[in-house]
Amino acid sequence: MVDRRTTIKWVVTVGAAWPLLGPRIAAGGPVEAWQGSSAGEGYGTDPNLLKVYKPGDVWPLTLTAAQRRLAGILSDLIIPADEHSPAASAVGVVDFIDEWVSAPYPRCQRARPIVRGGFEWLDAESRRRFGQGFAAAPTAGQSAICDDICDASRATAERHEAARFFAVYRDLTAGGFYTTPAGRNDLAYIGNVPLARFDGPPRELLERLKLI
Amino acid sequence: MPFVTPKSQQRAYDVIVVGSGAGGGQTAYTLCMDGAKVLMLEAGRRYTPETETAMFQTPDMAPLGDVGTPQKPFGFYDATVDGGWQVPGEPYVRATEEYGGRFEWWRARMLGGRTNHWGRISLRNGPYDFKPRSRDGLGFDWPIGYEDLAPYYDKVELLVGVYGSNEGLENTPNSSPGCLLPPPAPLVSDYLVKQRAGRLGIPVIPGHRAVLTRAQDHEGAPARLHRGNARAQKILAESMRGRAPCLWATPCGRGCSIRANYQSTTVHLPPALATGKLDITTGAMVYEVTLGRDGRANGVSFVDKTTGTHEHATARVVVLAASACESVRILLNSRSAQFPDGLANSSGKLGRYLMDTVGSSVSGQVPLLESLPPLNEDGADGDALYVPWWLYRKQRAGKLPFARGYHIEFGGGRRMPGFGTLAGLEWLTGGSYGVKFKEDARRYYGSFVGFDGRGEMIPNENSYCEIDPGVKDRWGIPVLRFHWKWSEHETRQAAHMQRTFGDIIEAMGGRANPAVETDGAKAIAPGGSIIHEVGGAIMGADPGTSVTNRWQQTWDVKNLFLTDGAPFASNADKNPTLTIMALAWRAADHILERMRRQEL
Repeated sequence: MVDRRTTIKWVVTVGAAWPLLGPRIAAGGPVEAWQGSSAGEGYGTDPNLLKVYKPGDVWPLTLTAAQRRLAGILSDLIIPADEHSPAASAVGVVDFIDEWVSAPYPRCQRARPIVRGGFEWLDAESRRRFGQGFAAAPTAGQSAICDDICDASRATAERHEAARFFAVYRDLTAGGFYTTPAGRNDLAYIGNVPLARFDGPPRELLERLKLI
Repeated sequence: MPFVTPKSQQRAYDVIVVGSGAGGGQTAYTLCMDGAKVLMLEAGRRYTPETETAMFQTPDMAPLGDVGTPQKPFGFYDATVDGGWQVPGEPYVRATEEYGGRFEWWRARMLGGRTNHWGRISLRNGPYDFKPRSRDGLGFDWPIGYEDLAPYYDKVELLVGVYGSNEGLENTPNSSPGCLLPPPAPLVSDYLVKQRAGRLGIPVIPGHRAVLTRAQDHEGAPARLHRGNARAQKILAESMRGRAPCLWATPCGRGCSIRANYQSTTVHLPPALATGKLDITTGAMVYEVTLGRDGRANGVSFVDKTTGTHEHATARVVVLAASACESVRILLNSRSAQFPDGLANSSGKLGRYLMDTVGSSVSGQVPLLESLPPLNEDGADGDALYVPWWLYRKQRAGKLPFARGYHIEFGGGRRMPGFGTLAGLEWLTGGSYGVKFKEDARRYYGSFVGFDGRGEMIPNENSYCEIDPGVKDRWGIPVLRFHWKWSEHETRQAAHMQRTFGDIIEAMGGRANPAVETDGAKAIAPGGSIIHEVGGAIMGADPGTSVTNRWQQTWDVKNLFLTDGAPFASNADKNPTLTIMALAWRAADHILERMRRQEL
């Protein structure tokens, strides 16, 4: 249900902007086009659903050691450790992002140049301002750069691309983090357990919210 | 041996059923319970929900956090295998790629078809829905009325298990006593929608879904469904005892290993197989209905996907339930000197009047729902409540710029966080990162409510499918080419949905994001994308203007029936699956009766 709803939302959001595709053979779908890839790529249309997968199991990871180092620093700037949960890199978010930008699917392939280009921009910006790459820059300097690009609506025109990268990267970090047990726990998600009965919200809560 | 290969099939069956989803499953069930010998042919592989369903797997166990990809469009753990908007080696063609003219064709090549993953929303058509032309002069009347189908709605609800309530609202029929299971408890967001939409005069009532909110009545229901048939009663009672009630966790779209919701593979096929009367061949891609010299169908030809060989199976009666468009494709490809334009197409209406559901969505964020205490809100996986169409009077008075109605499905809650749950929050957070982002995530998680309109599309001359003259699939079978066009009845309805959802979100003290889209042509989801495609072989009272009669029997070939969505003469806002099943049961009863009388 949620998947379906998300899919339909995607249709409404991006539908009007779809390019007119050349071939007459229907090559798209409400999720996205799947073109130019051989049938053997990806996990296929009938993968084993019961196996537990790790990044790298289905397609090779492609980020370099330096890119992974930068990825970890940036993920932890976005989701650092606090009293509720560990930092993003501590729960495998770098692997998750590496899996994402290495995947053969169109949505992931669109993210790949954005992420790699963003890493390059961060390094260049850091060298310009602090004389060293982003990973080696002082934390205050890293944060200063992030402050400039964390909100696309406030970023200057020349930082527009970098802000777009940051938004994508934050979504990837949050997507990787909040789907782990630590992330679910941080949000106090307490479902996904079998119950003998389901009674809905407690009466006191509904009364407090003036819903009954 | 119920699962058979082409080589181990018997020489002749009473009935061949093509397809194993809602229509095929119900047809085979009804026929086999009454003793008919049935061969079911399914194009996909055998599928066993009890052992294959990912029930409690979490997104971190899947590639890419369980996000949808072209190979698994509704997520890695979605029940659908070998299916989606594109099926490798099985192309289809669109006449245009323009938005508004696109048609998206979802297929599920697997035993049970799309019943394995569907939303389980099970609404009855009402009396108006069978006579739309009589009411407003548009579209077509069905040759049957609600009273013809009401007993079969009762039967299907009892058999598959549907929760809901009887509210007695206009054109929103009650079920007979004892048919419905109790509705599940609503979530906090449901209470809020009910209260605030209620203030706008919009009724919010319990939804109807094919989910067991308690164990089925395995003592009473079988006797009620199979009066005088002790063997059928015994088999059904056993099947019902094998189904556990909902355990209030895991998304229904993954399928259900404890058989708590309806899928053909857990509800229709097990008892049908237990009769010993059903043989199933999977991997059988049917492409033609063959005719005997007497002008009757004598069987079907299919490709055995495992060997690539062409095979033929014979029976007294052929039933197509391959999904509306696939059944149409089979008939259009069944050409002969007698039927040069496709079998059962003397009216020229085969492939015409394709319909989908009008779909449009708005999501909003609601401060009242922020920072709620920890709550388990998995529930019955959504749709505890819904909004039936409520503006009949206004529409009758000519005060709306579109002729037909829509219902509203909505949902919120502190559901299992997925890849996108906390994406795109900048409009609320100002782009926070760091500790502040984590605080924002806790604050906003669970505070979103999404609304989906599901509306009636009126059949039109510009929405149809035909055989493409050039393109063939990997087996050399000619493929479909789709034409699509909405009328203003649909686009204006979509705009009305958007404004209504915006009003409800505002009444909840929330904000819509993205903003409400009042251009209906932009707000409407592409044809086919709601996966409610029906029509293409519509039923009618006149052989000159319809493909089947009131029994879903083709006018041209008397032992050929269609029991999927193809015979629908209209597509009410009510999701079609329950109606497909009720019609299939009725058609199967008719086939049994005619076979008993030796007329088939």
